[in-house]
Amino acid sequence: MTISAPETTTTKLENTGALGYKKHTDGGWGLVPIQTRSERFASTDVTDFPAVTGREAAWKLTPVDRVSDLIDGQLDGTEYNFTVTEAPGVSVEWVNRSDARIGTAGKPEDRAAANAWSQVEKALSITISGEESGTVRIERANLGSAPRAAHTVIEAKPLSRGLIILHNTGKARLTENVEIIVGDAANITVVTVQQWDDDAVHLASHFSKVGRDAKIKHVVVTLGGSVVRINPSTHLVGTGADVDALGLYFADAGQHLEQQVYVDHDAPHTRSRVNYKGALQGTGARTVWIGDVLIRQSATGTDSYEQNRNLVLTDGTRADSIPNLEIETGDIAGAGHASATGRFDDEQLFYLQARGIREDEARRLVVRGFLTDIVQQIGDPELQEKLQDAIEQELTRTRLSTDGS
Amino acid sequence: MAVLEIRDLHVSVETDQGTKPILRGVDLTINKGETHAIMGPNGSGKSTLAYTIAGHPKYTVDSGSITLDGQDVLAMSVDERARAGLFLAMQYPVEIPGVTVTNFLRTAKTAIDGEAPPIRHWIKDVKSSMKNLRMDSTFAERNVNEGFSGGEKKRHEILQLELLKPTFAVLDETDSGLDVDALKIVSEGVNRAKENTNLGVLLITHYTRILRYIRPDFVHVFVNGRIAEQGGPELADRLENEGYDRFLTDEATV
Ligand SMILES: Nc1ncnc2c1ncn2[C@@H]1O[C@H](COP(=O)(O)OP(=O)(O)OP(=O)(O)O)[C@@H](O)[C@H]1O
Ligand SMILES: [Mg+2]
Repeated sequence: MTISAPETTTTKLENTGALGYKKHTDGGWGLVPIQTRSERFASTDVTDFPAVTGREAAWKLTPVDRVSDLIDGQLDGTEYNFTVTEAPGVSVEWVNRSDARIGTAGKPEDRAAANAWSQVEKALSITISGEESGTVRIERANLGSAPRAAHTVIEAKPLSRGLIILHNTGKARLTENVEIIVGDAANITVVTVQQWDDDAVHLASHFSKVGRDAKIKHVVVTLGGSVVRINPSTHLVGTGADVDALGLYFADAGQHLEQQVYVDHDAPHTRSRVNYKGALQGTGARTVWIGDVLIRQSATGTDSYEQNRNLVLTDGTRADSIPNLEIETGDIAGAGHASATGRFDDEQLFYLQARGIREDEARRLVVRGFLTDIVQQIGDPELQEKLQDAIEQELTRTRLSTDGS
Repeated sequence: MAVLEIRDLHVSVETDQGTKPILRGVDLTINKGETHAIMGPNGSGKSTLAYTIAGHPKYTVDSGSITLDGQDVLAMSVDERARAGLFLAMQYPVEIPGVTVTNFLRTAKTAIDGEAPPIRHWIKDVKSSMKNLRMDSTFAERNVNEGFSGGEKKRHEILQLELLKPTFAVLDETDSGLDVDALKIVSEGVNRAKENTNLGVLLITHYTRILRYIRPDFVHVFVNGRIAEQGGPELADRLENEGYDRFLTDEATV
């Protein structure tokens, strides 16, 4: 039996005066998608992909003209500088692109990812083997402004535990692939934080392959950069495999922040929770969230829920939010999705102001409150505090811009 | 002696069908320490009066005035009104995800007082007020109004009343949705605030039940956007027996 429930609703809020949330919940059962996600073309060789027109499913909401050098151009694929805080049970080293693990978690589904794959010379390998490994922070602060490729392999050995933070700052014109191999019964968290400079461009594909009874919490936090597109896909291949895919983004004027999230349920009793939240402020602030969930025939007893919420703080922004759910088995424990893009809730503002709290502080409370549940789930107090501060900073910008107008 | 004065207040709201006048000339004077009950049928404009006093942006004041000790309340922003000593216990308090009750109360208290409350005192005050209102201490760590039952929301409103210590409080149907026990607990909270701070109260209600626990000095009958009749507590007893029919037919024949 095949039930397909594609959702291709684009929620757009552009200069509207609408109050409250535009809600989107289930609907549209019975429609058959033009192409199921599982049939999307994939290859590690850039020449296998035709030239990008901007009309492809993978590119149609991305400003391809701002990233064309990463899609087509020559890339620096050599080693780069990074700093790492060591943790017991975790080793970090450069490996050759012939490393046996490379290519085992997934393959590029778009030309920019394939371009990186074809030109990268070395891969950064992060191996977690300890049963109680600590937190590893990898800081990339000096990638420079020439186009470059990167490849990272994160391998969590069976039964291992650990938390990996990939922290990105400074300049970048980067296209990269990140493979995450989660061994049986391992339990890891991978957080990628983008606090790039204003002119940075970053395209990334993350491929997680999750084994039997293994669990990954994958978190994407994007605050800084000109165009940042992080596409995490998770392949739940082992019985009982589990993913929490979380995301937080805050787009200012002129920023394009995008994430295409894909969860492929391919084994019985797998579970996924996708929860992305975004805030937008300033003219031309643009966000895209596409959430594809595929529950294959093999994935009986699957439990899945995905949601995306966007909070619009000023006029002139646009948030696209597109959940897709494809279900190929009749035997599931649960599957659902929700998407909402809304203006700042004036009733919340009124309530707080009626208790004497000034408008700017009331706004800060509401926005921080909206984003905080994602931050709190990261599991690293130091990073959580940094991110709360960074969100405060973003909000100070709103106040300045509204005061100034 | 603080006084809240409402003079010939006309208020309208924008609807899809155009501008809709709701309040049609309200006059009311409340002195500190006094309790005024406003009673009236559904849709008569009671919440509109409450929201207008608090400054909700949805309502447009077409004419008339509201002053607090001679100061023009209508010229103040919502938060300025609260800091000037006005409080509105809402009929339908909204949820604020991700903002804990503790954080919210401390932020509000700091805003109202102009300085952070001394921490040890404050924690003690919050705890004892919560205890008095029979609110479980776990409420402190929950998000504001999120998942609160109707009765819990009302207690939370009165908790704020007790902690923020305003000069005048408008209670918009604080009694609705409460069982008898909860009604007593909430009424005790209001009476404590009256005793401790000589609070002036504008008590909006549909039913006379709450007036058994909070004795009004004056009762105003609100019909079709204005006060149709006023009197002492005995007027409430008459309404209990006769209902609003008399006023409604009066209006219809006008
Ligand atoms: N935003 C609005 N848009 C349209 N009509 C409104 C709006 N706000 C109030 N009204 C109308 O104004 C009238 C008065 O409403 P209000 O809420 O003040 O009444 P109320 O006396 O508090 O009623 P209740 O006893 O049901 O609480 C009603 O007819 C209501 O429908
Ligand atoms: Mg009302």
